[in-house]
Amino acid sequence: MNSEKNKKPVLELKNLHKSFGDNHVLKGFNLKLFEGENLVIMGKSGSGKSVMVKCLVGLIQPDKGSITINDEDIITLGHKELDILRTEIGFLFQGSALYDSMTVRENLEFPLRRHKDKIENFQGTEILVKEALENVGLSNAIDLMPAELSGGMQRRVALARALILKPKIIMYDEPTTGLDPITAKEIILLMRNIQKKYHTSSLIITHDVDCARVISNRMILLVDGINYAEGSFEELSNSSDPQVQAFFKN
Amino acid sequence: MIFQLLMDKTSTILTRTKSFFAEIGDMTLFAGRFFREVFSPPFEFTELLRQCYNMGNRSLLLVGVTGFILGLVFTLQSRPTLMQFGAQSWMASMVSLSIVREIGPVIIALICAGRIGSGIGAELGSMRVTEQIDAMEVSGTNPFKYLVITRIVATTLMLPLLIIMGDTIALLGSAIVENLKGDVSFLLYFNQVFDALRFSDILPATVKSVFFGFAIGLVGCYKGYNCSKGTVGVGEASNSAVVYISMLLFVIDFIAVFVTDIFF
Repeated sequence: MNSEKNKKPVLELKNLHKSFGDNHVLKGFNLKLFEGENLVIMGKSGSGKSVMVKCLVGLIQPDKGSITINDEDIITLGHKELDILRTEIGFLFQGSALYDSMTVRENLEFPLRRHKDKIENFQGTEILVKEALENVGLSNAIDLMPAELSGGMQRRVALARALILKPKIIMYDEPTTGLDPITAKEIILLMRNIQKKYHTSSLIITHDVDCARVISNRMILLVDGINYAEGSFEELSNSSDPQVQAFFKN
Repeated sequence: MIFQLLMDKTSTILTRTKSFFAEIGDMTLFAGRFFREVFSPPFEFTELLRQCYNMGNRSLLLVGVTGFILGLVFTLQSRPTLMQFGAQSWMASMVSLSIVREIGPVIIALICAGRIGSGIGAELGSMRVTEQIDAMEVSGTNPFKYLVITRIVATTLMLPLLIIMGDTIALLGSAIVENLKGDVSFLLYFNQVFDALRFSDILPATVKSVFFGFAIGLVGCYKGYNCSKGTVGVGEASNSAVVYISMLLFVIDFIAVFVTDIFF
């Protein structure tokens, strides 16, 4: 972490504010994600983790603050520029968000249809789809519909879809929510392997302590819309602060 | 006590009226966005064709059966009355004019509001609550173009075709009754039909059906696209889509009849 001072962040959030009516969800949240890092954001349900990550990909407009990804302020970007920038970001949704009217193959091909240049840079669509499915160990599910897959398999396919454009940053919104402990562990290991293979920077939103323990290089606790505490898993889990301890006690 | 109750009722009515007009305003903005984006690339032709197939081809049986029964029942019900006045020879003219100008488009549009409008509302609503629309946006595809524009264009194109087909089948149903009950040959029946129908009958009905199709697509997409409140919201989106479309169809029909009356 000492080298952080010399590193340039791939993603930076400064003083982020977001309210829904009288409900002030984010009250000046700050974040820096460095290259190759796995940063875990932990917080209670309803603490604004998902709102924050949706602000990061331009799905929600923040009220105040700046969001910089690869030196570009995404709040000021137009639709076209934002779409280009989004090819550098993979997003794993909480409920997988697979298109249920499409097969697994079509789900994976979908992000490629607007980014033909990416296909030319790499290989053909078919090869990319097969490679992404092999990465998550689901090569034989290529022609199945999402409804025919288990929850864990759906999450893997969603991960494959998030990876298909070979993004530099991957955002995981509650990657293990709704999964049994064994499948959750498989997904966590898969995330770690992918990070090692593609040297991606990962932002993981979770309240799963096991997930944080295995995958995090650094953690931020989001409480009441601000960074309440920051540090490695060991530092935070050994903290004497009762609010921090509350996250780690079962 | 009574005064308080009256105040509460008035307040509820005012709130509901306000939210109704707010929704109409939102829907108008949604329609405005449709017109802004429909002519700008990228165009989703493959998805448009898929939607045309889904909405057109898959509605054929329902529209066909409805049209056939409509023509059959309408003729059976009208026959005794016309016979009372010795006017059964007017049957073909009366049925064809009624079906082509009014009953056919309205009934088939209402049937399609139930089948297509609620389907769009439920499908887009469920995509919204399961974050599929967000996933589309994150992957660099404009979900409004991919989901909304294709569906509205598909309903606008398909509904006139379905109505023309439904009207034709309704006339066939009517011809069968006339053939069986009144010994009128098919050739004579359809000769009378084509003698009765004018360009001024077919054109306004066809133009009206284009607006019906647009209304079905627009309201279905608006309700589904802006769905919230989880699975309950999906049901509400589907249900209120049908209610709003049905109301809108009658309003459009009234305006169409009014305008037709002025120009034809």
